Amino acid sequence: MAKILVNDLAHSYALDPQTDQNWALKPLTLECADGGAYALLGPSGCGKTTLLNLISGLLKPSRGRIVFDGRDVTDASPEERNIAQVFQFPVIYDTMTVYDNLAFPLRNRAVPASDIDRRVREVAHMLELDGMLNRRASGLTADSKQKISLGRGLVRSDVNVIMFDEPLTVIDPHLKWVLRSKLKELHQRIRRTMIYVTHDQTEALTFADKVVVMKDGEVVQIGTPIELFEKPSHTFVGHFIGSPGMNILPCSIEGGKAVVAGTAIETANGSAYRDQGKRLELGVRPEFVSFGNGGIPVEVVKVLDIGRYRIVEARHSNIVVKMLVPEDAPIPQRAHVHFDPGHTRIYEDGWVVP
Amino acid sequence: MTLELKNVAKHVGTDVHIHETNLVLEEGSFNTFLGPTLAGKTSLLHLIAGLEPPTTGEVWFRGKNVTGVPVQKRNVSMVYQQFINYPNFTVYENIASPLRVSGLPESEIDARVKGTAELLRLVPMLGRRPSELSGGQQQRTAIARALVKNSDIVLLDEPLANLDYKLREELRDELPKFFAGRRCIVVYATTEPMEALLFGGNTATLDEGRITQFGPTAEVYKKPDDLVSARVFSDPPINTAAVTKRGSSIIIGETIELPAGKAFQSIPDGPYTIGIRPHHITPTVRKTGRAEIEGKVLVTELSGSESAVHFDLLGQTWVSLSHGIHRFDVGSRAKFYIDMEHTFFFDRQHRRIEGRG
Repeated sequence: MAKILVNDLAHSYALDPQTDQNWALKPLTLECADGGAYALLGPSGCGKTTLLNLISGLLKPSRGRIVFDGRDVTDASPEERNIAQVFQFPVIYDTMTVYDNLAFPLRNRAVPASDIDRRVREVAHMLELDGMLNRRASGLTADSKQKISLGRGLVRSDVNVIMFDEPLTVIDPHLKWVLRSKLKELHQRIRRTMIYVTHDQTEALTFADKVVVMKDGEVVQIGTPIELFEKPSHTFVGHFIGSPGMNILPCSIEGGKAVVAGTAIETANGSAYRDQGKRLELGVRPEFVSFGNGGIPVEVVKVLDIGRYRIVEARHSNIVVKMLVPEDAPIPQRAHVHFDPGHTRIYEDGWVVP
Repeated sequence: MTLELKNVAKHVGTDVHIHETNLVLEEGSFNTFLGPTLAGKTSLLHLIAGLEPPTTGEVWFRGKNVTGVPVQKRNVSMVYQQFINYPNFTVYENIASPLRVSGLPESEIDARVKGTAELLRLVPMLGRRPSELSGGQQQRTAIARALVKNSDIVLLDEPLANLDYKLREELRDELPKFFAGRRCIVVYATTEPMEALLFGGNTATLDEGRITQFGPTAEVYKKPDDLVSARVFSDPPINTAAVTKRGSSIIIGETIELPAGKAFQSIPDGPYTIGIRPHHITPTVRKTGRAEIEGKVLVTELSGSESAVHFDLLGQTWVSLSHGIHRFDVGSRAKFYIDMEHTFFFDRQHRRIEGRG
């Protein structure tokens, strides 16, 4: 268990990086508290796996330092960093039994046999593998194999950090629910520092205390799931997190109010706006849009029933607003849409007006 | 003009991959095969395509028995989870490739390739090679190849599974548009209930080599025939419990007594399994007609817009899913409210019982 400090860390796969694009990870400073659950979230190519590999020591950074509990480990090997890692595809020994697979990381470090047995049984119990300990891993389903992989990551009690690289991507949705909550439960119980890399917002938001949202090698926002949802600091975060993502509508500003489609709209940050002449957008999540008496006049153009609510697309000339409507609520054909002022913000060149 | 599976079954050695199946798919329809890994989705697609012969039964297309007709002669397209394109061809040549064998005039090929590329928003990429494309663009190229030859049947086997979450969302939105107005039969296999709901059309729920239900998607979701179909078509997983119905009450594990929903008060007394989707169990009362239960909180997942609370009730894990942010201390006891009007009742054979009134 350790506090992890990443200081001015950057990486380029090019030997002699010239342009911005040569940097897979642009200079980044980040602190992970001891025992915290973190997620690195972003699309393919955003640099999240690069950052993970730098922390684990699989990659040497082009610049910057990595410090575990006050000890500089930038030049230390992965073994010296004492970490556990779980990958997207199960890494297990097919010819060994489930028990031996789980015991392997401990036997490798000459842990006493009685401790091994206790730890293996504990972890097997947590992951509901108790019933198959004596079975050979080769005959198991993909998700059982991934459970073993998770178990191997969790079995050692002395690691500084456990890192997960898209561990649930290949898992069926039903089991994903089970494993995700299991992992969260495990974290709440053992309070070990965990870093979880994913492109799946649901996994990131439900697992982590703090989510690091990345794009093009840069951190766009670090925050709790609730902060990222309620106060996205960039339109990218608004779009990437949430399903469907935030509505991002071109707007102008008059007298502290946003104007969209000729309608003045109250926002949370309109009064803070000072500059002029930049790209202005209004951001509001579909969750905070409702049918009302005032607001933008719209025509409902599409209704998608996804069970627990409907996703409604409402249009005003070329502006489309998405909104969520509960299961049993009526949906008019023509209406006005109202934005909750506390959750409606103005963005300037992508960044939220402070 | 339909595709029909008549008593089709597939055995491999002593394993039954597909139990005897009857299915009719209409021209111009979008159909989703929904089920967990190994439910038989891919096997069924292969039988439809003619990639594999059925062990018993017949496949009919447009009134003709095509059971023995090889895949090359069936005008079928397939899109797989792995993006399959020719790495040395440009996007243009990849899309054109299925037409090259047809002997169409070059002008016709050109028109079709460009039309399809436009539909799939690939026009700016026509000159690039697959390695210069994002995953989403690569898969759109593969889909374009499937569309360009105007196949009678287009089969998509988890085509979005390897894509990033957001890309998946975009393509999910676009896919039904690509097929709108076409005569082809589309079958889309997925493990994700959300995809079936987003596509609408028809859904077949699959489990262990059987189609458990087939019909319009919303109907299959809202009125599952049986417990298995309800399980397959619920994300997050549906909560279930063995109960006894007595008069106007249902009793869970002898100690918890809840009022049965209005529609279920008059069904015969006796043992049932109830099924409650997680969004019908909430930590606050929003409507009347809710039954109160108390559980021990195991874990809470706050995604910002929704809160999933996993709790223990009589040794079983239940999940509540609600809008907004609801915090609970792990290990604390908390009250939850079940929407009894939206609760499913299943009989001993796990068939769903229709409520009355």
